[in-house]
Amino acid sequence: MLILTCPCCGVTGEETEFHGGGEAHLTRYGPGSTDEEFQAYLFRRENPKGVHFERWRHVNGCGKWFHAARCTVTLEVFGTYPAQTLRPPEDLLERIREKRPGWRWKDLS
Amino acid sequence: MSNSQIPVTQSFDGVVEVLALPAQGMVTLRGDLADERLREAVNDTVGVEVPLVRRADFQDARGVIWMSPDELLLIVGAGQGAAIADRLQTSLAGGHALAVDVSDARVVFELRGRRLREVIAKLAPVDMSPDAFTPGDFRRTRFGQIAAAFWLVDDTCARVICFRSVADYMFGMLCHAADPAAELIVY
Repeated sequence: MLILTCPCCGVTGEETEFHGGGEAHLTRYGPGSTDEEFQAYLFRRENPKGVHFERWRHVNGCGKWFHAARCTVTLEVFGTYPAQTLRPPEDLLERIREKRPGWRWKDLS
Repeated sequence: MSNSQIPVTQSFDGVVEVLALPAQGMVTLRGDLADERLREAVNDTVGVEVPLVRRADFQDARGVIWMSPDELLLIVGAGQGAAIADRLQTSLAGGHALAVDVSDARVVFELRGRRLREVIAKLAPVDMSPDAFTPGDFRRTRFGQIAAAFWLVDDTCARVICFRSVADYMFGMLCHAADPAAELIVY
């Protein structure tokens, strides 16, 4: 079971209080984009064994969306951070580098 | 105007007393909670300051509850919801805020008794130890399968709110958790 801390209201709760919202930091492609870009945005997702970045919503709580970094193997949560960002905060990336040397996720490492 | 005179007066006497409280006025206020104008408007209309994060502050029967980073729930007297919402909307005109009378949306239950922490802990994934959850603390969470929220009035009194559409489920669940045959002594 995941234990997540909502950065919006500060509650540390277990998984059933939250709802997963899929992969984080997607770039949206809409009208005007190429078919390849649109297809990739709609259908291609990361499926890592290890470090993963996701969107979560505090659905049975303050109702806000946020980001979480976790390990898909051990379910360890490295940290959560606000939704209003295009990139995880540097101190969180540093923490993951210490715990999982050599990790890669899209253009992050 | 809300027709909020529906008499909900079910009660159950178990490990704790479970009471369905009569209708109260409730107003949802959304806006920037740091905005000085909004904070003043809340204090002027309700008579209670905007509370800290995850707190419920009351002055007699009137209260202000922190619901999310941009939302408050104001508890006022029965039948006063619409008037309070109007007054707030008027005093916040021109700004980005919304006040709506939601008196009929939710029901309020009261738990009375020394073992209410155990009763809540059976139903909600919340650390109910006296160090972690103190009087005045407010928490939105789930009770069993439904969204709900509660706050501690004092160590022997808690109030639980949930949507009216699931009130029967909530009442049944609270009574079940308060069954004397299933008493827990943890805290």
